[in-house]
Parts: sequence; structure tokens; C-alpha cells
Amino acid sequence: MEKMLLLGDEALAQGAIDAGLSGMYGYPGTPSTEIMEYVQRSKTAADRNIHRKWSANEKTAAESALGMSYAGKRSMCSMKHVGLNVASDCFMNSAITGANGGIIVAVADDPSMHSSQNEQDSRNYGKFALMPTLEPSNQQECYDMAFHAFGMSEKYQIPVLMRLTTRLSHSRSGVLPKQPLEQNELKLPEDKRQFVLLPAIARKRYRILLANQEKFEQESESSPFNSYHEGSDKTTGIIACGIAYNYLMENYIGTQCPYPVLKISQYPLPRNHIEKITSECDTVLVLEEGSPMVEEMLKGYLGSCLKVRGRLDGSLPRDGELNPNLVLQAVTGKDVDVLSVPQVVATRPPKFCNGCGHIDAYNALIEVMKEYGDGHVLSDIGCYTLAALPPFQAINSCVDMGASITMAKGAADAGLFPSIAVIGDSTFTHSGMTGLLDAVIENTNMVVMILDNSTTGMTGGQDSHAVDRLVSICEGLGVDKDHITRVVPLKKNHDEMVKLIRQEINYKGLSVIIPTRECMQTLKRKTKANK
Amino acid sequence: MKKDIILSGVGGQGILSIATVIGYAAIDSGLFMKQAEVHGMSQRGGDVQSHLRISDREVCSDLIPFGGADMILSIEPMESLRYLPYLSSDGWVITNSTPFNNISNYPEIEDVMKEIARIKNHILIDADDIAKNIGSPMSMNMVMIGAASDYLGLDFGRLEKGIKFIFGRKGDEVVNKNLEALKTGREFTGNFLKK
Repeated sequence: MEKMLLLGDEALAQGAIDAGLSGMYGYPGTPSTEIMEYVQRSKTAADRNIHRKWSANEKTAAESALGMSYAGKRSMCSMKHVGLNVASDCFMNSAITGANGGIIVAVADDPSMHSSQNEQDSRNYGKFALMPTLEPSNQQECYDMAFHAFGMSEKYQIPVLMRLTTRLSHSRSGVLPKQPLEQNELKLPEDKRQFVLLPAIARKRYRILLANQEKFEQESESSPFNSYHEGSDKTTGIIACGIAYNYLMENYIGTQCPYPVLKISQYPLPRNHIEKITSECDTVLVLEEGSPMVEEMLKGYLGSCLKVRGRLDGSLPRDGELNPNLVLQAVTGKDVDVLSVPQVVATRPPKFCNGCGHIDAYNALIEVMKEYGDGHVLSDIGCYTLAALPPFQAINSCVDMGASITMAKGAADAGLFPSIAVIGDSTFTHSGMTGLLDAVIENTNMVVMILDNSTTGMTGGQDSHAVDRLVSICEGLGVDKDHITRVVPLKKNHDEMVKLIRQEINYKGLSVIIPTRECMQTLKRKTKANK
Repeated sequence: MKKDIILSGVGGQGILSIATVIGYAAIDSGLFMKQAEVHGMSQRGGDVQSHLRISDREVCSDLIPFGGADMILSIEPMESLRYLPYLSSDGWVITNSTPFNNISNYPEIEDVMKEIARIKNHILIDADDIAKNIGSPMSMNMVMIGAASDYLGLDFGRLEKGIKFIFGRKGDEVVNKNLEALKTGREFTGNFLKK
């Protein structure tokens, strides 16, 4: 077979398709978005009738994937690292229900926060849930691991967490595909109470999960993705997790690394290899992308007698992603001389696209808020968060999906007036609706602006569940019809918008304003496609 | 053979089409390749870069080490300077000279040009102008590949094949314009270095 040129995300998607995937679920989030997008574009996925629609949020995605597993078929859900927080209720409990058909939870972490609000390391979730976790080091492993993960998931009836990071998700390389597998037939679990987590059953299932830990460890010990490379200089042993292994090897092209190296791509940690490297080396250097998880495990609380270097002792920075230079410095103490960036280079932050409707909506809001001063606008996650930057500087929060509405409610409860929430359409259907219901129940004195560009914009224009549904959703949740208003955010409607926002601020109760105009990017794409 | 190339520009300018053509030519030549790119927030008019690595042996890191790039190929002059820490001491900076000015504090263009002139190996090309002159302003990126073509370690014919493959479904006219852009860019570099 011929090699395919694939992003890490795409390689995982292609691997899952070839390994008999029947259902793909997810919510867009950088750097995970391309996993679903690839399945959606895939001709094989269409031919095989694989389910491949976006879900309302990561929790509904994970639950749907678990439901497909319940019915005996292989499923995958994808999300970014913070999306796993949203899905964590399902994720944690799915380790206890276990799987029927194989299930992969694919999570792409974003160390260095290129497009995220934190850099949490999803391997900790795997450890927390006692779930086997795979961390590919290259695109070929992304592909191969889909087969491995589905196999292990069905063998031990356990979901498998697949953790990618930005640089692998968004880097492409040649991938050699395998012979595709058939999809599973519909087949309910043998134990019809397996998924019923009533306390008595949950306790039983939890003990099964605990008893399986030893087997998961054995799987890691014999895993083809964990490997031990002998080295003659035993002053230092190097444990390299995921793509950190590539950064290490980058420094030994055409030569041999003199130190013993343990490559880790499957967790729980392979005890045999860990015992070997810690017993034969004076010091162990841990290279891991994200948090110092393995380093902390080796050290233990009291630090033990083992000498461990890594992110905690300053051998590597405590935060941010790794690169070949940081690894070289940690291993050899060597630094390279490089040119500096000339002072003339100015920063170029991201900004709204020309003609974006958010600009007009914010211009109206900014004019009204001049009367009240800074500090009244709680916002959310999406393109419209760019209004935090100059020249707008119009928003005062961006925390998690949906938090604008509930934080504005809390601030209003505290007496803030006016209290304004600004949220996007897709973020609203993701996690804003439930918060709005809270505000409806108390008729909270606040204004919610749902900036509707009819797409999930920041991640590149994926379908939004909110299209044509926002007014009926707000009405259905119980917002007073007279205080749900749609406007078209255009320069010519500036005065109308200013008047409306002012009027709804002065109304003592809950108002929703929905400025609606399609995203310029998706509009451009559609116009191009229709040519 | 190893070529490590930083591609740089501004989100929306289309540096990924450059990566696609060079990447196609590399794979077609039987070489190994890794190409890391930026998706997400910066694509909204922020600075973007792609690490393109081509080699006759397996490529390890998805990122080019600092001081390791053989070339910075930039479609915006100020952006070519942002990645200088990646450039090796004998590496080339090949950059478009037309600024993309979407920030209020864009420096004086003369100051940018002065900095580019200080780089030992540099090629400065008005790719926008060249693309306009051949009647295909959209082909600016292909002019840039042409300008870099002699330093990519790839057969020129493979790059042409890459263009045919990538633009093929858009029809012969588009393919031919892009091929002309490639050729014109290459000729420009030849003349630039004679000066």
C-alpha cells in the first residue's frame, strides 16, 4: 500500500476508520478539530456509513460514543483537553461501566496554550480514571494505535484514552495504512446490568477496574509502543514520553544516544522498564510534554533516594511545550548560538476578519458601556473573545464554555448593574442554555448578547447546532418573548443596536439580544463553492 | 540530504499552499517529510509559521531546532525576521518584499528592509508585483516557491508536477498561470544573485 500524507489528527482518524469505526462524535476545539473533519471528508467513512456528525458539546459526544459502544460497535469521540473537563462526568464513569464495543476517547492537548486557556495534561485524567492511555510519538503511531486501542478496549472492556499534543496533531508525515477491518455487528453487552451504575453494581464494576490495573500494566510492559534502548553511559537514563522522544532523537541523528533511553507511549507506566532504568542509572531525566506527571510519580512525595531530573528541578521549564533545543540543554547542558529577532519586528496578534459582524455588535456595545465604565461585560470562548484585545478591550472575562451567562448572573446577583453576557451561537448551544435557564428562573436583571455568526468560527467554521434555533431555544427556556430581539450587526444599523442595548439594560429583568450575521469565512467559502 | 524550511507569513495569506506543493514534490521524490503547521487562533490575521522538514532519512522532530533551518521562506518581509533564531549560520532568507500591514504599529518598511539586507544570504523579491505582471495575482505563493526552487534540493520538474497535482481540478488555465509564476520566480532569483 502507498503511504498517505496525514496530520497526526488525520492519521488517528484514518486508523480508526480502518480499524472498524462505526461512530465518530466530537465538538470542535484546537488542536483536535481535524480528527472529525477528516472522518467527515473521508470517502471510506461515507461508503461505510460511519456516523460522523458534530455533537452539541464534548459531554454529549462522549456519551453518544459510549452508547455506540454499549450497542457493540466501535466508536471514537474527539475533543481538546479542556473539552475533556466537560466530558469528564461521562469519562470517569465510563471507566467503571467499561466498554462493550471498542471505544477511543481522543483528546488533543495544547501545551504552550497556542489556542487555549490552559495547558492541562490529559494523561492525568487517564491516571485519575484508571484507564489505559496511549500517547503517540509520531503520525504512524497515531494510525497504528487506533487498531491497538480498539483491540485492548474490547479485550478488557475498557475505554482507552488517546492523548495527542498540538505539534503532533498539526504536523503531517507519511503514514503506511493497514488492511481495513470490518465493522462490528450490533451486539448488546452480555451482562445487561454492566452499564447500570447503581451503587451495588458500581462497587462491583469498580473492583473489576481495580483488578484490571495489573493487566493494564502488563500490557504496557509488552506494548510495541514502549521500548527500551540500551546505552553505555549509565550516569543518566532518559525517560522520553510521546513526542519528547522525537526531540531527544533529533539531537542524535546519524549517531547513537550514549544514555539508556526508555520511550513511553502507553500507560500505566511499564514497571519492568521503569525498574530497569532506575536501577541501572545514577540519575533519571524525564522528558514529558505537559505536566511533570511521570517525574512526580518517580519522585513520590518525599523525593525518595532516586535522583530525578525534569520539569520540577529546573532541568526543563515548568510550563510550556518542549522542543529539541530545550531537550538538548537538559541532556547535555549545551546551548546553541542563534540570531536574535530584530527589535523592528512588531507583534501581530490575531484579530477580527474584515467585515466581521462581531465588530459591529461590539462597536454598539462599547458605545453604550461608555456610560457605565469598564468591568460590566462577561464573555466567553470563541472568535468574539478577540474583543479583549485593542482597539476594542470590550470584555472582562473568558473562562470556560458557557461561563459568560452564569458569571454575569452571579455578578448581577451580587448587585452589578448593568451585567452583560456576550456569548457566541455555538458556545451557547454547547453550554450556555442551562445557565440561561438559571437566569430565567430568577428573571435575573441582565442582558445576554448571543453573537450569532451561524458557525463555530474560531476552529474554522464547523456546523453550529444553533442555526435558526436561537429564538425558539430562548423562548422554550422561558425568556419573555418581548425581550428576545434579533438584529443585523451592520454599520448602518449601529444606532438601532445602541438604542436596543440601552433599552434592554434599562428593562429590570432578563433580556436576550441576538445580533445575527454569517461569518465572513464561511460566507466566502460558500460563495466560492457556488461559483 | 536534509532541508529544514521555516515558512512564514500572516494568517490567511496562504503559506500552507506553499507547504503542500513542496511537500508533494518531496514525497514524490521518495524523501521523508514532516510538516508542522499552525491552526486555530493565529489564523485570524496573526503571525503564522510552518516547519517543513525534508530528508533522505526518517525525520525525528516535528519542529526545526533553533539555529537549524536551511531557509526561511516568507511571504511577508517583517515575518521573515520573526523566525531568525531558527536560521542556521549559512541559511537563506527568501522573502516577499510586499508588506502585509494589518497592525497599527507596523514598522517603517525601510527599517525592515535594512534588517533583511544585514542577513548574509538573502533574496528579496516583490512576488506580489511579479504575480500581477503575469496576470495572476493569486499566484504570489508560487512565485515564492520559484524564487526558492534552486535551494530546495528538489528537481524543478517535481515542483511543476506538484502544482499540476494540486491545481489540476481548477483547470489548465489556473495550472499554467501557476507554472508561469513558478518559472518567473526562479528566473528572478537567477537575476537577483547576478547583481
